[in-house]
Amino acid sequence: MQPVSNSVDLTSKIPNNVGLSDDPKLRKALERWLPNYLDWWRDMGPSDFADKPVYLRTAISVDNAGWAHYDHVKMPDYRWGIFLNPLKEDEATIKCGDDAGKAAWAEVPGEHRNALRRIIVTQADTEPASVEQQRLLGHTAPSLYDMRNLFQVNVEEGRHLWAMVYLLHKYFGRDGRDEAEELLNRRSGDEDKPRILGAFNQPCDHWLSFFAFTMFTDRDGKYQLAALAESGFDPLARTTQFMLTEEAHHLFVGQTGLQRIIQRSAQLEKMDPNGDVRNQGGIDFDLIQRTINYWFTYSLDLFGGEISSNAADFFASGLKGRFREAKKYEDHKAQSGDYRMHLVEGGKLVEKDIPLRNAMNEVLRDEYVADCERALRKWNKVLEEEGVETRLTLPSRRFHRHQGIHAGHFFNPDGELISEDEYRANEQKWLLTPADNDYLLSIMKPVHEPGKFANWIAPPSRGIEGKPLEFEYVRL
Amino acid sequence: MAEAEGQSFPAVDFERTPADYKHWKVSYDGEIARVLMDVDPDGGLRPGYELKLNSYDLGVDIELADVVRRMRFEHPEVRTVIVSSGNDRAFCAGANINMLGASTHAWKVNFCKFTNETRCEIEDAERHSQQVWIAACNGTTAGGGYELALACREIYLIDDGNSAVSLPEVPLLGVLPGTGGLTRLVDKRKVRRDLADVFSTTAEGVRGKRAVKWGLVDGIYPRSKFDEAMAKRAGEVAQEAAAKAGDTPRKGITLEPLQVSVEDNSRSYGSVRFSWDDETRIAELEIDGPSEADLEVVRGGAEAIYAAGSKLWALRAYRELDDALLHLRVNHLNIGLVLVRAKGDAQRLLDHDAALAKALESGHWFVNEVVAHMARTLRRFDLTSRSFFALGDAGTAFAGNLFELALASDRFYLLDDPDQPVHVGLGALNHGVLPMSHGVSRLDVRFYGDDAAAKALAGKQELLDPESADDAGLVTVLLDDIDWDDDVRVAIEERASLSPDALTGMEANLRFPMPENADSKIFARLTAWQNWIFIRPNATGPEGALTLYGKPERPRFDWKRV
Ligand SMILES: [Fe+2]
Ligand SMILES: [Fe+2]
Repeated sequence: MQPVSNSVDLTSKIPNNVGLSDDPKLRKALERWLPNYLDWWRDMGPSDFADKPVYLRTAISVDNAGWAHYDHVKMPDYRWGIFLNPLKEDEATIKCGDDAGKAAWAEVPGEHRNALRRIIVTQADTEPASVEQQRLLGHTAPSLYDMRNLFQVNVEEGRHLWAMVYLLHKYFGRDGRDEAEELLNRRSGDEDKPRILGAFNQPCDHWLSFFAFTMFTDRDGKYQLAALAESGFDPLARTTQFMLTEEAHHLFVGQTGLQRIIQRSAQLEKMDPNGDVRNQGGIDFDLIQRTINYWFTYSLDLFGGEISSNAADFFASGLKGRFREAKKYEDHKAQSGDYRMHLVEGGKLVEKDIPLRNAMNEVLRDEYVADCERALRKWNKVLEEEGVETRLTLPSRRFHRHQGIHAGHFFNPDGELISEDEYRANEQKWLLTPADNDYLLSIMKPVHEPGKFANWIAPPSRGIEGKPLEFEYVRL
Repeated sequence: MAEAEGQSFPAVDFERTPADYKHWKVSYDGEIARVLMDVDPDGGLRPGYELKLNSYDLGVDIELADVVRRMRFEHPEVRTVIVSSGNDRAFCAGANINMLGASTHAWKVNFCKFTNETRCEIEDAERHSQQVWIAACNGTTAGGGYELALACREIYLIDDGNSAVSLPEVPLLGVLPGTGGLTRLVDKRKVRRDLADVFSTTAEGVRGKRAVKWGLVDGIYPRSKFDEAMAKRAGEVAQEAAAKAGDTPRKGITLEPLQVSVEDNSRSYGSVRFSWDDETRIAELEIDGPSEADLEVVRGGAEAIYAAGSKLWALRAYRELDDALLHLRVNHLNIGLVLVRAKGDAQRLLDHDAALAKALESGHWFVNEVVAHMARTLRRFDLTSRSFFALGDAGTAFAGNLFELALASDRFYLLDDPDQPVHVGLGALNHGVLPMSHGVSRLDVRFYGDDAAAKALAGKQELLDPESADDAGLVTVLLDDIDWDDDVRVAIEERASLSPDALTGMEANLRFPMPENADSKIFARLTAWQNWIFIRPNATGPEGALTLYGKPERPRFDWKRV
């Protein structure tokens, strides 16, 4: 391999608080990986905007002053950093499972090596996947403000990949390096080298899906990261804790993006003599509901099986906790106790008690669903304030599932068990259709004038980092 | 568990026909057959577990055994059999863990033995019938799934960055990949033993290029090219196999269902009677030699034999024997001793074998299949963990192929009574045509270390009177009519009083002298270790790994090495 020209200044190029300059082994591994990463970014990152300065937030350290540094940057020059939340000696304990309360692991324990690697690789794989899914969206951005947000999300997903690759390189030896390479070889939606998880292979080809993705799918990411932030493997816990601070912005983009669309649709409905949103070039509420149904349920799949021996193992061995395990729960062993869930048995929906540890995926899913419901309430409040009748809902978590105990059965959005025929007959009504996509693509024309917004979306209530809406968030 | 008593569940039936397969789809395209594993999750043999992800239980494997056998008899034109999965997530996840966890020791052992025999039959099909099985692993291939693939000559794995081959038994379940996995890894595929060590302790397995490099699979193909690559390879393999099989066109016969009348204490087939007494724990197995008409068929040569199809004595009687043995093993756990008798005309058996051997030389595929099937059935007999006493009393016909039953039994009692003269006899099939699982004839096993005795009988095809048979070393105990009743009774009673576990172990050791091969290693070494592990607390105790798999608690091991 050619010596990489930027190897000398790798440490200055990669802001970090992991002592990269004192760790020649790690530096060497990252130096080898860096050019492949840049190739991947060039091929699969946002298309055609490499030379445009974008008003980005960069983390250059983890303290309050350093983690949010704003400036116009060309994306390939973004400084992908490696940050862990600072070590807090007294808090570094195993948070859950059989060994709860014992000292956390600073190194990977042999017996959990494979499981931890799998957990990290699965999380890591989602980071570049979403960048790939969103790579064409820059061309149809409804405003410079939104375009900037898209790119901000993209570079941070790139940084999240770095964070995970750091763990793989630092703690998992040759296997870890191989996995890090593979992360750059898989491609979202590729028949031969798909990304690991289903939702990350679904096309995301317009902005309604982008907002729904960042609202619902990134939110799964939040809960997975939060569960890993409780991990007994301390470097993983501290890495994911820091990632969560960035993830919050992605969720903000998704939740407010959908909210602005909902608000705009309400305005257009009132404007139209027949209350026809489409007639005014907007996105009708049925279509918005179908989008919610589609992305919410695909995201539910990401939590894994409702009854899962992996989930029980991960919890029991302290690799993955519940949401806010340390703060929210008293009993961190969860050795006894059941979780009551609905499942299909003999063609009927029945209730069953599952040992709590085996239900940990469902426990995490509960937190997620409650969080999504909060967003729905906010959106419905907007509808109420705008004075329109429509209300949006979350479908049942049994509806439209591809993983877990509900997969293979058919439910309507209310969660009632129905026949496959009935399901097929209504699918078009409940889920995004190709015609929906055609319509959405037809109205998604880029808006490049600072301060202007596409007709189908309302402006946000304020700009980024105190800047006005007219600010040139991307210099085209 | 419930099936320990054997009574709480209906007896297991081993006869299947393609029309009632629940878990397999078989299609034929000239020389290539496709076997699609698509296990019905709700189609388990027993209640209480779901066969998810193409995991299997005994019922699934009974169907597979039927697929393998019918492929040879009913579709002799097939040269390549591609086995792949109809499940969209897994090729095969192996034996169902919940089924294993809920099973008795005896059930697990019987299940493993049967699956092992089926895997060996897959290899036997290539060796004797030029029917080559290829595993097209189009998804996760774990545990018994990989062991099924290992039984195939070649293994191809889809390269989707996700699907791996794995043997997670040790790291996840605290047991062994006991369906030949460990043995075939190092003995058949010749995977380096240190790499095999890494592989067998890595729960998630190995995928992609590394799987090829380590010799775990023969090739990897991306999803978009997988089916095409498999079709191409199947064609090449078919061509190779066809060159060895010869180009005479072959048309299969139909394996008609067995005729059996079942009563409370017996199963009576056309030529086999199996009866049992739960009180004494003794069963009787009686097999009739061929009739004069049966002999005439065989004398008619290969074409006449072929025309007889599944009515042919040598096929029908051995299918019946096979079925009886399976019932004995699985449905009659308390039977410890089986008294075996061969009835009929000893000379006719020798004539039968001579004619069959002659037809075999003609190279007719069907004759070949019939003899290979006899050999497999006898091997099933060798591997049945019950005491067998062959009783050669009045009317006995332990001659020719049926003499193998006397040799396979643990003891052979022969009556020496001038008023009721009996004969035994060696024929054309006793000298290596019906080998044991370690590849040698029962006669060679009997005279291992006694070259003189072996030489004296080499190639011999003749009837022997009781005394000559005894002199030749073919008889365990020769008894005159005065002693017969008492001595046999005492021997039976004594046997029935000994520890069944000790007997199982003793017989398994004494039945297989001479060097091992891969098959015998699987049945002896691997199986024995597995069966030991199955009863250890670290696997099946209340805190054992197998018991707790899928449960919220983690296993606790007793760390002492034993
Ligand atoms: Fe992320
Ligand atoms: Fe994100």
